[in-house]
Amino acid sequence: MAVLLERFLNFGNSLPGVLSQGLIWGIMAIGLYITYKILELSDLTVDGSFCTGGAVCIVMMAMGQPTWLAMVCAFLAGMVAGSITGFLHTVCKIPAILSGILTQLGLWTINMFIMGLKQGELISTLTIPARNSKPLVSAMFLTKALDGSKPLYLYPPLTMGVATVLIIAVLYWFFGTERGCSIRATGANEHMARAQGINTGVNKMIGLMLANGLVALSGSLFAQYNGNAEINMGRGAIVIGLAAIIIGDVLFSKLFKNFALKLLAVSIGAIIYYVVIQAVLTLLKVDSQYLKLMSAAIVAIFLTVPNFSGKHPKKHKKQEVPACSK
Amino acid sequence: MLQIKDIYKTFNAGTINEKRALQGVSLHLKPGDFVTVIGGNGAGKSTLMNTVSGAYPVDEGKILIDGVDVTHLPEYKRAKFIGRVFQDPMMGTAATMQIEENMALAARRGKIRTLLPGITNKERKFYKEQLKILDLGLEDRLTAKVGLLSGGQRQALTLLMAALQKPKLLLLDEHTAALDPKTAAKVLDATQRIVDKDNLTTLMITHNMRDAIAYGNRLIMMYDGRVVVDVSGEEKKNLTVERLLNLFSEVSGSDEADDKLLLG
Ligand SMILES: Nc1ncnc2c1ncn2[C@@H]1O[C@H](COP(=O)(O)OP(=O)(O)OP(=O)(O)O)[C@@H](O)[C@H]1O
Ligand SMILES: [Mg+2]
Repeated sequence: MAVLLERFLNFGNSLPGVLSQGLIWGIMAIGLYITYKILELSDLTVDGSFCTGGAVCIVMMAMGQPTWLAMVCAFLAGMVAGSITGFLHTVCKIPAILSGILTQLGLWTINMFIMGLKQGELISTLTIPARNSKPLVSAMFLTKALDGSKPLYLYPPLTMGVATVLIIAVLYWFFGTERGCSIRATGANEHMARAQGINTGVNKMIGLMLANGLVALSGSLFAQYNGNAEINMGRGAIVIGLAAIIIGDVLFSKLFKNFALKLLAVSIGAIIYYVVIQAVLTLLKVDSQYLKLMSAAIVAIFLTVPNFSGKHPKKHKKQEVPACSK
Repeated sequence: MLQIKDIYKTFNAGTINEKRALQGVSLHLKPGDFVTVIGGNGAGKSTLMNTVSGAYPVDEGKILIDGVDVTHLPEYKRAKFIGRVFQDPMMGTAATMQIEENMALAARRGKIRTLLPGITNKERKFYKEQLKILDLGLEDRLTAKVGLLSGGQRQALTLLMAALQKPKLLLLDEHTAALDPKTAAKVLDATQRIVDKDNLTTLMITHNMRDAIAYGNRLIMMYDGRVVVDVSGEEKKNLTVERLLNLFSEVSGSDEADDKLLLG
């Protein structure tokens, strides 16, 4: 009995941290939402670009650059990663999935190179220097912001909550512009888009860049939170992102029709995913080595159920005919 | 308005599946011409339209729209000049977007997509007025997702969208073929009104000979990748289905009554 109580207490204590991490991963999932849901592209770049964001951010902080600049550069680096996938897909005509895998593979080396920029060699882990660095989020702030040694606005769930709302607001604006609408049309019906004079190749490129920029930004926050960037930090990111999107969709699709709310649902989906994982880890005391298998199984189930329940309308099959009228 | 100069298109050249879909097609449309196109399955009608729209590149020949050589222009750039309605009602609209959003996309055909709002209130009013032309009650459903509309409604909407930003050329590829007869008649009716309103230069493929005769000021028949019959003016007005069938037998060199089947 006492053991159980202790586990519950531990779980309760871990919630602010879990919430923070859920929100950080939520930003990554929102990026994935752009490619997966809006453009209907399966982009596997994210496992690599997530780490790219972390690597760029931490290496710049280690070189004494301000945090905001490090994060801007992380975002830009993610956009570059996305543009490579976009180039392979739209110019070289390689299928999207394969393009993403190729970029992701190449990024493995690039990420180690970025992390080792200061030392001039490839390294696989880079820690934020304890001195002089001012991360925007950090696991340490969970207590420091509450005991007064850091300002309250640095309380991670608060910081990340505000950041998430800001990002959703910007995306809401963007996808309501002429360009944003044309990107949505590109994903919804490419034939229609081209017939309406939309350069679908450029739009896919923009979508991939924006998405991976957000993924990298999320990676930069994740690295700051943990105090280091690590070559494996993005492994399985795509699964977490998909889980967040699907959980958000299953739970809120009836309630949230507005685009901004749909993005919010993705973020909430990420939080729920993290809470569930944490519950399994602390309440059931499952070894964390089992996590990846569990995550994969959970996402597989969530992806399967809508196809058979009949409640969820099946997505219309994508037209594979090259001709525009036949 | 449209000049097609001796174009050739072969699919899968050099393989056993080689198909010469267009074998030297030339066609000149004057501004305001409304040309109906008939021909059996595989005659090359859709291919002709797809080469004009830029969906397929041609192997040889030239295509000019209003004097501009568009032969090597990619599809999305040619769209500036061309409004299109496809046979498949799903193809011309974005199902997951609202009626007004679809129209706003069409209203910006051929323009650079900026970071200005994708749709303004002023436009909404205009779209509402435009939708009334269709007489399908869509004017009260501006924010409905297009995926909720019937095939006929979607086709009518696509038609309206094609004409929203006045095209130099309107291409209709059997745009009523997937609809039930009553709906098809309604959409054809809307077609006539929209074409008349702006005096649009139009190319309309149909499998229905009666429609081909009833609509437009000129009729062409395709056979085996060529234009084999081309009637206009008085001759077009006096056409009958029977006369058309005779014409077809003459050019195809067969006198089978099955020709009826071929032409649908
Ligand atoms: N993308 C393609 N690849 C290979 N062959 C094609 C392609 N598109 C059309 N064809 C072939 O070219 C020929 C002409 O086809 P097209 O679609 O233009 O005929 P159509 O006159 O529109 O016929 P229908 O009345 O059946 O629509 C056909 O033999 C067809 O099989
Ligand atoms: Mg056809």
